[in-house]
Amino acid sequence: MLQITCPWCGPRDAVEFHCHGEAHIARPEKPHEISDAEWGDYIFFRKNPKGVHFERWTHDAGCRRWFNAIRNTVTDAFIATYAPTDPIPEIPTDDQGDA
Amino acid sequence: MARSARLAEGGRIDRSKSVRFKFNGESYQGFKGDTLASALLANDVHLIGRSFKYHRPRGIMTAGSEEPNALVQLGEGARTEPNIRATQIEIFEGLTARSQNCWPSVGFDIGAVNSVLSRYLPAGFYYKTFMWPASLWLTYERFIRKAAGLGQAPTEPDPDRYAQHHAHCDVLIAGGGPAGLAAALAAGRSGARVILADEQNEFGGSLLSDAEAEIDGAPALAWVGAALEELRALPEVTILSRTTVTGYYDHNFLTAVERVTDHLDPDAAPPNTPRQRFWKIRAKQTVLAQGAIERPLVFAENDRPGVMLASAVAAYIQRYGVLPGREIVVFTNNDSAYATARLAARAGARVHLVDAREQPPGPLLAEMAALGVETHLGCGVVGVSGTKAIHGVDIAKLTEDEKGLAGPPLQVSADLIAMSGGWNPTVHLFSQSRGTLRYDETLASFVPDKTPQKARCAGSGNGAMMLAECLREGFEAGAAAARDAGFTVETPESPDAPALLDSPPRQIWTVPTVHPLGQGKRKHFLDHQNDVTAADVHLAAREGYLSVEHLKRYTTTGMGTDQGKTSNINALAILSEIRAADIPSVGTTTFRPPYTPAGFGAMSGQAVKDLFEPERGTPMHPWHLANGAVFEDVGDWKRPRYFPRDGEDMHAAVQRECRQVRETVGIMDASTLGKIDIQGKDSGRLLDLVYTNLFSSLKPGRIRYGLMLNEHGMIFDDGVTTCLGVNHYHMNTTTGGAARVLNWLEEWLQTEYPDWEVYCTSVTEQWAVATLSGPKARDVLLAVAPEMALDSDSFSFMTMREGVVAGIPARVFRVSFTGDLSYEINVPARYGRALWEALMAAGAPYAITPYGTESMHVLRAEKGFIIVGQDTDGSVTPRDMGMDWIVSKKKEDFIGKRSFARPDTAREGRKQLVGLLTEDPTFVLPEGAHLVSAVNPAPPMPMIGHVSSSYMSPNVGRSIALGLVKDGRNLMGRQFQVPLMSGRVETVTITEPVFFDKDGERSRG
Ligand SMILES: [Zn+2]
Repeated sequence: MLQITCPWCGPRDAVEFHCHGEAHIARPEKPHEISDAEWGDYIFFRKNPKGVHFERWTHDAGCRRWFNAIRNTVTDAFIATYAPTDPIPEIPTDDQGDA
Repeated sequence: MARSARLAEGGRIDRSKSVRFKFNGESYQGFKGDTLASALLANDVHLIGRSFKYHRPRGIMTAGSEEPNALVQLGEGARTEPNIRATQIEIFEGLTARSQNCWPSVGFDIGAVNSVLSRYLPAGFYYKTFMWPASLWLTYERFIRKAAGLGQAPTEPDPDRYAQHHAHCDVLIAGGGPAGLAAALAAGRSGARVILADEQNEFGGSLLSDAEAEIDGAPALAWVGAALEELRALPEVTILSRTTVTGYYDHNFLTAVERVTDHLDPDAAPPNTPRQRFWKIRAKQTVLAQGAIERPLVFAENDRPGVMLASAVAAYIQRYGVLPGREIVVFTNNDSAYATARLAARAGARVHLVDAREQPPGPLLAEMAALGVETHLGCGVVGVSGTKAIHGVDIAKLTEDEKGLAGPPLQVSADLIAMSGGWNPTVHLFSQSRGTLRYDETLASFVPDKTPQKARCAGSGNGAMMLAECLREGFEAGAAAARDAGFTVETPESPDAPALLDSPPRQIWTVPTVHPLGQGKRKHFLDHQNDVTAADVHLAAREGYLSVEHLKRYTTTGMGTDQGKTSNINALAILSEIRAADIPSVGTTTFRPPYTPAGFGAMSGQAVKDLFEPERGTPMHPWHLANGAVFEDVGDWKRPRYFPRDGEDMHAAVQRECRQVRETVGIMDASTLGKIDIQGKDSGRLLDLVYTNLFSSLKPGRIRYGLMLNEHGMIFDDGVTTCLGVNHYHMNTTTGGAARVLNWLEEWLQTEYPDWEVYCTSVTEQWAVATLSGPKARDVLLAVAPEMALDSDSFSFMTMREGVVAGIPARVFRVSFTGDLSYEINVPARYGRALWEALMAAGAPYAITPYGTESMHVLRAEKGFIIVGQDTDGSVTPRDMGMDWIVSKKKEDFIGKRSFARPDTAREGRKQLVGLLTEDPTFVLPEGAHLVSAVNPAPPMPMIGHVSSSYMSPNVGRSIALGLVKDGRNLMGRQFQVPLMSGRVETVTITEPVFFDKDGERSRG
């Protein structure tokens, strides 16, 4: 079972969390002004990288807060977790979460 | 009575404690400290069971958890357990066990006909047989269920209790042999929190079966004793015996099964003690010291009872004081089995030693000669006489290319074969940790290479086969693990242990016999548990299954409960020979948890029966119980489904309840409805965002019904929201959607609009809610709320009033889900039952009836009110539901609005909500039934819609149904067919989805 570090509560077992897919997808400010294709991008299309992935999580069985995580999808290593309002942390070049 | 194979002395058994047990109904005697296997061998019982596929007689092959053959059905009745390894069962007074997979007895088994038919049961048999037509599946399945499988699962509930334990430690050490103990000492001395687990009843690992081993000039077990004593004195060290680390999962999360009382008579086990304890361990670091397992040799008839691993024979002699044969052939390709020959000869057996090598080390040969052991060099065992026991062994010189015999076989009299094909490091946990393996040419086996996890390997599990090396690696790994966990520790100096001879083996992966592989009757078994032979691997390869992953699944090698512990490398090696490729390029399959089978009891722990899942009950729940309610689960809630009277069934009760609501008044417990208190200056903005209609304009005291959509424009919840005051709202959600909706609000607030000032609080459990519904609802309420103005002008439909009801401060919401005059009376939860009882008393003059969810469903369906999740399925828009009226045209944006303009959402002809009336008014359609425009003699037939809600309505006086039908609103009055599973075809007419009080006068009145 993964161990995930909630930015507010600290390290906890994965059963307390939910993953909600890719992070940093802003809702279009004026949906009615954009094309169907752009809207389709927003609601349907998500990255599915092998390696570093930015994603949204909630700590449901804890503080119930949303946060973002940088996870390596190959090793499941969490490189960083941070609040939705925080700037995206820089990923250390030597840390791709391989270990 | 058979002869006793028990030696006069020696072993770690307690000869003062005699233990009686039964096997296949026969009574036997053993000693405390015996396993079932050692005690049976002591009684000269070698035939233990029948094999999986061919029902061949099988005996005991090993002395440990890797045993593929000697699986027994342990215990009786509710406690019976199948597939338990006789080599791991510690006997206790009164233990009973039976052979598996044989009928009527292990000695005479009818299924053994499979052995004769073996040419019709080739590799891939399952895949070849179970093909189209599907109708034959039923026949195959019956055959397979009868023929396949090993033991039998108990049919009664498990009477035992199990515990679960969550633990965190700095260093977890799997394996308590020399390397594991050394690691525990090094890590434990640093003050680190250490868990040391070993699957056996005693620590020491291989040293328990090696009375000759020495450490620092003293018996090795003295060192083991001192190590344990030191570890027991360290407060942060937990020592777990009889505990198998079964799984290595992500982020150093490991599971272990501790068999707390399995070695005791269950009726005499200490009270308040679980049978087993399931450990869930998060370890900062791990040291894997699982040891090594001896490799069988693949020779003809190598599955006969009496063919054992050489190390197992040594273990039975030294650990259990049992000499399992009198005439023993030791067949080896390496030095390690010479110790077995030595021990057997000294214990009084006549020993032949067959070494595949031409020139084993001279000192070993000299020792054999001195002991009177006859040696056969450059030879192999090429045949075995006897089926249920061994009578003789054929020994022959092998050709240089190892493909044939260089001379005629010589038969020697023998009753036991001790084989050694080298050693395989036990890399299972390492492999489970996603560790990669590296092929070691010297060992001719795989050793741990790299793992992404915080794990280290030590000892023979790491490829270190000499005791001194094991100890050194253990100390180093333990110290390094402690350091990486943040502790300061020096690596202890490793003690000395004499090195043994270790000259190169002659690796023969398939020992030839008198006929070519796959011809003649002699079989070379690879996987004893799944009955896979070397010939099967050749057949699979010929049929194109050349990848190890394919080979594994096609032949099922390594897929038994033993996980191929003794078969894996041999299978890979034979495949690589066939492919003329080296073993590393052929690769390995991945080992998966659990290392040894773990029972569901341990994994479930206490989460069974009433403790399986939490239950939620409302404050009125005790009243419902006392009044005979039948409950249904809605999420975790227990909701009354109906309240039967005098032997009524559900149908009768629901018809009565529904009629009473429309005639006078009914009362329902609506406490489970989701309730969210929303405050803050941007509350209205949030509601405008998540609902399709406008809420920011709602005045205090007013209520509005709303639909919530996802961004795809599809309905995902509905409910009413009330404005309690300026920037203060009370939101109702569906019972099942309460948590989902709260999360939905929080998602937008926390991630997209963190600058909005809104506070959402779940108040579902703070309020108890009784709903009065029916023409007499006002009269009942008036009787208990004389201070409240209830006339329609003062308290109109879709408004909320605060007041005192039955002496309790209350919020009364005038909304209606039945279509009749209704009041939802909310009081603080602790007054819920008092309110309920007061309303029941006040309603008595009107024959008030409590009604449950089933009647609620009928009443709302009479009105065509939808239930989200029943009449919608995540692919339905408000327009599909005919609810355009609730979608704001004024609002520029709300969640889901933009998707209305998507071509697929906007197109004509989508499935739409309609009413459905059957031709036969007494017939109630099954929900989920499909509508077709024409009935074909057989499927497929194009469906145009489905039934989503269907009931017998007493108030409409006939059956009614709601459904989703393609372009349904343009098909009013049209008739379609509903073909049913029973063969009946019902004709339905499409109607408006409102069946009762179409103008809605009753709820407004
Ligand atoms: Zn948290």
